[in-house]
Amino acid sequence: MSYEYIKFGQEEKDFIEKIQEISGQNIYSCYQCGKCSAGCAFSNKMDKTVNQLIHFIQMGQKEKVLKANTHWICASCLTCTIRCPREIDVAALMEAVREYILREEPEKMKIADIPKDVLNKLPNIALVGSFRKKTG
Amino acid sequence: MKIGVYVCECGSNIADTVDTEEVADSVKLLPNVAVSRVYKYKCSDPGQELIRQDIEEFGLDKVVVAACSPSMHEPTFRAVLEDKGLNPYCLEMVNIREQCSWVHADKDKGTDKAVSLVKGAVMRSELMEPLDRKKVGVISKALVIGGGIAGIQAALDIANSGFQVTLVEKKSTIGGKMAQLDKTFPTLDCSQCILSPKMVDVGRHPNITLYANSEVKQVDGYIGNFKVKIKRNPRYVIEDKCTLCDDCVPVCPVIVHDEYNENLSPRKAIYIANPQAVPASYIINPDNCLGIEPLICSKCRDVCGPEAIDFDMREEIIEDEFGAIVVATGYETYPIENIGEYGYGTIQDVISGLEFERILAANGPTAGLVRRPSDGRIPQTVIFIHCAGSRDPAKNLSYCSKICCMYATKHALQYKHHVHSGLAVNFYIDIRTGGKDYEEFYKRAAEEENVIFIRGKVSEVLQDGDRILIKGVNTLTAETIEMHADMVVLATGIQPSEGTKEISNLLKLSRDMSGFVKEAHPKLKPVETSISGVYIAGTVSGPKDIPDVVSHAGRAAIRSINILAQKELEVEATIAKVNDVLCRGCGMCVDSCPYGAIELKAIDRYGYTFEIADVNAAVCKGCGTCAATCLNGAIDQLGYTDSQILSLIKALADE
Repeated sequence: MSYEYIKFGQEEKDFIEKIQEISGQNIYSCYQCGKCSAGCAFSNKMDKTVNQLIHFIQMGQKEKVLKANTHWICASCLTCTIRCPREIDVAALMEAVREYILREEPEKMKIADIPKDVLNKLPNIALVGSFRKKTG
Repeated sequence: MKIGVYVCECGSNIADTVDTEEVADSVKLLPNVAVSRVYKYKCSDPGQELIRQDIEEFGLDKVVVAACSPSMHEPTFRAVLEDKGLNPYCLEMVNIREQCSWVHADKDKGTDKAVSLVKGAVMRSELMEPLDRKKVGVISKALVIGGGIAGIQAALDIANSGFQVTLVEKKSTIGGKMAQLDKTFPTLDCSQCILSPKMVDVGRHPNITLYANSEVKQVDGYIGNFKVKIKRNPRYVIEDKCTLCDDCVPVCPVIVHDEYNENLSPRKAIYIANPQAVPASYIINPDNCLGIEPLICSKCRDVCGPEAIDFDMREEIIEDEFGAIVVATGYETYPIENIGEYGYGTIQDVISGLEFERILAANGPTAGLVRRPSDGRIPQTVIFIHCAGSRDPAKNLSYCSKICCMYATKHALQYKHHVHSGLAVNFYIDIRTGGKDYEEFYKRAAEEENVIFIRGKVSEVLQDGDRILIKGVNTLTAETIEMHADMVVLATGIQPSEGTKEISNLLKLSRDMSGFVKEAHPKLKPVETSISGVYIAGTVSGPKDIPDVVSHAGRAAIRSINILAQKELEVEATIAKVNDVLCRGCGMCVDSCPYGAIELKAIDRYGYTFEIADVNAAVCKGCGTCAATCLNGAIDQLGYTDSQILSLIKALADE
């Protein structure tokens, strides 16, 4: 498949800038060592690893970022943030991607649509996380 | 004759696998052995003192020390003998550590082997004779070959210590590759600005004789006494008369490529390499000029006010003598046209690292504006391909060229400084930033200057209309990439220069698999070579960045000064000796000597003139090749004569 790999049109530039603005992180600090993915408890549930997601943001690959499930799987446990050799707050970057999506699409998650029996089984932390993600 | 035998335990290094007491006892009863002892650390001060006391008490005239390798402590024990007035060559070291205790596990067998070795050494030592170290005079002048930053630094360091230096440079000016660079990493210092003061220093230093446009053609002799022939090619411009007025250049009708600008701009047949050139004088290239044999044009001579142009200048051979030689013949960039898939040489906007360096330079072909060669447009996307030639043992260079990661990063960063809106993409295999502040420089390029780094090697570069299409990969995301660029810069690897090959052949220096000159020891003798008195400085021994070259050259200078500062040098005594009566002058030894230490000389015998072999003590390294080659057994190696070796073998075989 051939395509112009690095996309730095206005749309992509805005996307990168927004992610950096929300997270307060320099996305280009990442040198792709992969330590965040290596230590992530949920790496095996993610369709793109954490460092891959960051790499896509670096390259302006907005569509691939939004399509991935990585940032939704992230539980913000902060292991990646603590361990990052470049002092990047990786969890904040994941949060920033979630927020970017939710700001674009506020009805991404409707609490009312969750069946009551499922809602009862959900751990509190999951609900708090969901609300935070929605309202952030 | 009285022999003292000393067996060292080396803590547990030897004692664990060798019964040292048994070894000492085994030789006690041999005739001529006056004393045989064991000691825990023979090399310690009390251990040495014991030998001194025994020499006095027993009147020893030979000493056998069974301990570690002679390369470790032979000098230590030789000094002990000298202290007590014995000849240092009356010492025999037996290696019962590296070649016995360390390589064996069975103590009985280890002990047996040590006993045999020590017995052999005692038998051999009976036949040992005192030897004299010969002395040779030293010419306290150094020759530096190559006028790049390495040669410049070595020459200045030697000259500043008060010794005379002759610096020979093939090109019309000194400065080398560094003079072509725009800026240096990681500080972005202007290369010319930091180099030219050193060039000027060389030009005016009272202790430095500079021969630019010259080549070393012949080197004979040995450490302390090298005889050298230097060919000075004609410059056709008298250096002292040339006032750099530039009147000659506009009238010259011949236009050729300018090598200083990597052929990206034109120059005339009469030119000066760059404004900072040292010697500061124009030069005529005889291959381009129409005025030299036959004289068709003499326009430059007609306009030259100070009459500095002399078409009749001829090459000149200078013969001189030197005590030490520093080889600083440097590198050249890899011929990247060999990598067909990158299209260098067929696609105009695919350029080498050094070409981009000239494009960036304010005194370069584009006056410091980043313009691409094909149409002069300012490129909006530039791709930098790392490892162009390097780390490719299949078809190109096998090694890492060391400087390219940094200079490609520097190029990308400089491009971003010139074209703020531009896109700079580096394709790399690994980023190697081994050097002070280098990692920070890379971080700055990525974090602050928005230089994009993609891990993966580009496989193909194609022309696509007036743009360039590259086929690459992102190995971190496992995606193939096709993208367009306006210009591609190849981070060209480096290889030994032609001069390095020529001079190492001339001096018989050994070279490694890649063609770089081999050091005497990769860690501890980084500037020494296989030839005593010849030192290497800079990239002649492998890829180096500028600070490494400067330190390397400084050490080469120090090692040269070590020689120059001595009035005379002692040479090793264990050298080849010819028996004049047995030698029949066949010359086989002359051919077999790897150091050129043997010559045939005429002697007068019974009224007839014979030719026999003659060994130059200063050049002979005592390798023994000639002794093994001689059909008549006319050559013996002192300290290792046939009779000594045979008695050693006899003892070893006597079980």
